[in-house]
Amino acid sequence: MAKTLDRRPPQTAPDPRGPRKALLLIEKSMKEKVYDCRMCGQCILHSTGMSCPQRCPKNLRNGPCGGVRLDGNCEVVPDMKCVWVEAWEGSRKLPLWRSHMFHVNRPVDWRLQGTSSWENLLTRRDHEAPDGWKAIESRVRAS
Amino acid sequence: MEGDRVAGASVLTQARSHLHELFISGRFVVTSELQTTDGADPQEVHDAAAPLVGKVDAVNATDNSAAHPHISQLAAAKLMIDAGIEPIVQFGCRDRNRLALQSDMLGAAALGARNIVCMTGDDVSAGDHPEAKPLYDVDSMHALRIARIMRDEGTYLSGRKLSSPPTFLIGAVENPFAPPFDFRPARLEKKIEAGAEFIQTQCVFNVERMREFMKRSVDLGCAERAWILAGVYVPRSARAVNYLREVPGIEVSDEVIARMEAVPSERQEDEGVRIAVDICQQLREMPGVAGIHLMSIKGDHAILRVVEELGLLPRPEIDEPAAAV
Repeated sequence: MAKTLDRRPPQTAPDPRGPRKALLLIEKSMKEKVYDCRMCGQCILHSTGMSCPQRCPKNLRNGPCGGVRLDGNCEVVPDMKCVWVEAWEGSRKLPLWRSHMFHVNRPVDWRLQGTSSWENLLTRRDHEAPDGWKAIESRVRAS
Repeated sequence: MEGDRVAGASVLTQARSHLHELFISGRFVVTSELQTTDGADPQEVHDAAAPLVGKVDAVNATDNSAAHPHISQLAAAKLMIDAGIEPIVQFGCRDRNRLALQSDMLGAAALGARNIVCMTGDDVSAGDHPEAKPLYDVDSMHALRIARIMRDEGTYLSGRKLSSPPTFLIGAVENPFAPPFDFRPARLEKKIEAGAEFIQTQCVFNVERMREFMKRSVDLGCAERAWILAGVYVPRSARAVNYLREVPGIEVSDEVIARMEAVPSERQEDEGVRIAVDICQQLREMPGVAGIHLMSIKGDHAILRVVEELGLLPRPEIDEPAAAV
């Protein structure tokens, strides 16, 4: 897998200890190898056809930008396939979560960079969102 | 009313802007872009705006387009208002994090801007400061929804209350001409769900691809939920179209290149105007297309010729400054 550009911000969360550290190391060793995962700590891989959106040089969480080249490659890294072209193709092959490509994903909480998304899922930390976002999300759902 | 699709917040009794009023009236809308300027003298913006006054319905104040710094779009928007043009203020996500987006959206509204349009923006690698640190704190969907939170919930993203929320009309962009083509209509729908009320597309050269995109977008119900303006580029030289062809995300057909190259350089602008007029005429017949967004490089004169040849002059006047409730 082409690993040509890494724009992730520095980790600001303190390093975990004990079992939390073990969980982080297992997740990191698996996902970095398989998905070129960038450890954003709020994983949405299943919503994006198993193509990690944090590999996108523009950090897009909701689909491709308008600069995708005609051959399907990235505007910024011309020899890399657009992660959102991969996401679209991948999502069509998944048995589940296909419709997730059409959902509006939340903005990234950059404080979670470098933490375990598995832990954040278990503690529901990754469900947190700013109050304004939650308000409009519930309004959109209701309508 | 159509302006308030995320139900509830406020009951709209008046159009949010002149542009909104025209959309609601069902008239074929014409928007364009202000030529970027690079000076501290306000006269430069006035000079750039002057030829467009009364000739198009609203004009984009671009946000460091092509990743080159130019005069701030907020300042340009204010100067355009003074010159008698209704601006559409662009907000890209490359140069602003979520704090700056919100303060500038509020600032744009306070300066009298009544339309905004949100986009990701070209990457810094495409500009003249490729060494810069791009932000991309949020993406264009997030920016749309943040604008919607400010307007409809009357708060910042954080939930903190605004003393007087903005009332602007909110737009987005979409590119039907970049892969994955099958996803593009769905992405348009997603932008509408995120908050977009009107759309400006990338330049149409491949009319057939646009037709397919529009057909599928109309099938998804997008044209009932947002007004779609088709982007049209007015070429002024064969060199310009050949350059444009190299820009990622722009698909220039061989036919256009051939037509431009077939005429001597002094007649290439005439041919470019004919090409743009041909494309616009086909777009006008396309279901779901609410208008056109004309672009050119230093080509206001060519843009005006296109508007004129399409028989779209005179444009409806901006009466009272439209106020939304």
